[in-house]
Amino acid sequence: MNWRGIGSIYRFEMHRFARTLWTGLVVPVITTSLYFIVFGSAIGRNFSGDIQGAASYGAFIVPGLMMLSLLMESIFNASFGIHMPRFTGTIYEILSAPLSPTETVIGYVGAAATKAMTVALVILATAHIFVEVQIAHPLLMLLFLALIAITFCLFGFIIGVWAKGFEQLQIIPMLVVTPLTFLGGAFYSVAALDEPWRTITFFNPFVYLINGFRWTFFGTSDVSFGISLAITGGLLVVCIALVGLIFRTGYRLKA
Amino acid sequence: MSEPVLSISGLSKTYASGTVALKPTDLEIARGEIFALLGPNGAGKTTLISMLCGLVTPSGGSASAMGHDIIRDYRAARREIGLVPQEMSIDIFERVIDTVNFSRTLFGKPKDPARIEQLLRDLSLWDKRNEKLKELSGGMKRRVMIAKALSHDPEILFLDEPTAGVDVELRRDMWDMVRRLRESGVTIILTTHYIEEAEEMADRVGVITGGDLILVEEKKALMRKLGKKELTLVLAEPLSAVPPELAEWKVTLEDDGHELHYVFDATAERTGVPSLMRKISDLGIAFKDLSTKQSSLEDIFVQLVHERRAA
Repeated sequence: MNWRGIGSIYRFEMHRFARTLWTGLVVPVITTSLYFIVFGSAIGRNFSGDIQGAASYGAFIVPGLMMLSLLMESIFNASFGIHMPRFTGTIYEILSAPLSPTETVIGYVGAAATKAMTVALVILATAHIFVEVQIAHPLLMLLFLALIAITFCLFGFIIGVWAKGFEQLQIIPMLVVTPLTFLGGAFYSVAALDEPWRTITFFNPFVYLINGFRWTFFGTSDVSFGISLAITGGLLVVCIALVGLIFRTGYRLKA
Repeated sequence: MSEPVLSISGLSKTYASGTVALKPTDLEIARGEIFALLGPNGAGKTTLISMLCGLVTPSGGSASAMGHDIIRDYRAARREIGLVPQEMSIDIFERVIDTVNFSRTLFGKPKDPARIEQLLRDLSLWDKRNEKLKELSGGMKRRVMIAKALSHDPEILFLDEPTAGVDVELRRDMWDMVRRLRESGVTIILTTHYIEEAEEMADRVGVITGGDLILVEEKKALMRKLGKKELTLVLAEPLSAVPPELAEWKVTLEDDGHELHYVFDATAERTGVPSLMRKISDLGIAFKDLSTKQSSLEDIFVQLVHERRAA
């Protein structure tokens, strides 16, 4: 393993995040605060739906908010990280270095996942200012956070390789991830939905991500933690297979 | 030739579109030489270099750097190779010192501040080490790219069109720098479409056109071939035949006897031009105009291809 090479890419990416630290961390903090003011205080006070053992509606939405940011950050950071060198041409150096595809991916995905998890944890810290959040399984919470971050950073890597321009980098997060997260029960319990919407909702894979994560907080959720874990693991395997295919065929990286 | 640092055997590339970028090519590069790949744009120079550096997957054949196969043993092979691509591809927000350190560790070498300082001093970049790349001039950015390529102490350096779009003064600087690099023991392979550059720099020259490496020769021998010039005299009165007195110069009559053509070697000690002119004057042949023309790279390629087909 060329660990120095991996570290080189990782540090380069972290340095890039450090340059944009202000927007990178302050924006999610402000956005989260707005969610708490609107949903937690203004609307949440009168919310009478199922909050699955959370102390308040404000506390109930914390895992959903973290997941929303984690997914967006993972995809955006990883896709931008690999798309930028393709765009500027600096990818030549990565391709000509004594690095295996796996090492290259560990460097880029590792850095993007670090940043995404940092943002999610900053959101958790911000949430603490507004509501009391109990975490039933802190270790599993961190593990699940890491698993989802890595999965969606790989997904972002694929988008970054596939995209022909910067506008395409935005398409998937905007058109797919945001709607599926909102409709996946980030702000409500799926159990509260009427049929047929309830059944349809269970075809949305994000339901399992959000509920699995919520389970680590409150010990209960709409689906069992085992199923959530299995579906997340399945997504991870699909992403790894696609990244493998990209390097084997050289798709958009090598002629 | 001593043990080659680079050995290419039947290497070829056909792109997915069906375009043949490089026909099967054999080539060996000796340690410490400067080798120029000379050819027009689109000849296959960059494709050849890109395959050796891992940017393009070969369609056939094999190659090895310092005895390491570029595919099977790519890690060892790539450690021996530094690449300076043609396009200015750098991260403009990075500082000079950071981007050079990045390149060294990317290639798996431990940080070595003393070595990097020496490298930046050699390339006159040390004073600029803390500046962001976007603040540097074009010539300096190119030097940073060379520093990045040399940061992991490769044995072989590829320079893809190092002076394309560079002004005359910078071109001279670049040539001096390449010579200094060679003195430090690095083997250099450069591509160019300027005959002048190949002539100035190289020990050996490979002529490539249409994906075909048609000739590899010592520079001096090649320059003799490439040094042909043609003298044209536009006559006042047309001649019906070449006067026998001019036979020894092998002149030809063209344009229905209105023009006399004489081909000579501009690099030779005796070109035969002054004596020919004296003889013409003695014979009382009057002319209206006179011009000389260097064979263009295009002409030379056509000529070389013809010679090869005839052989």
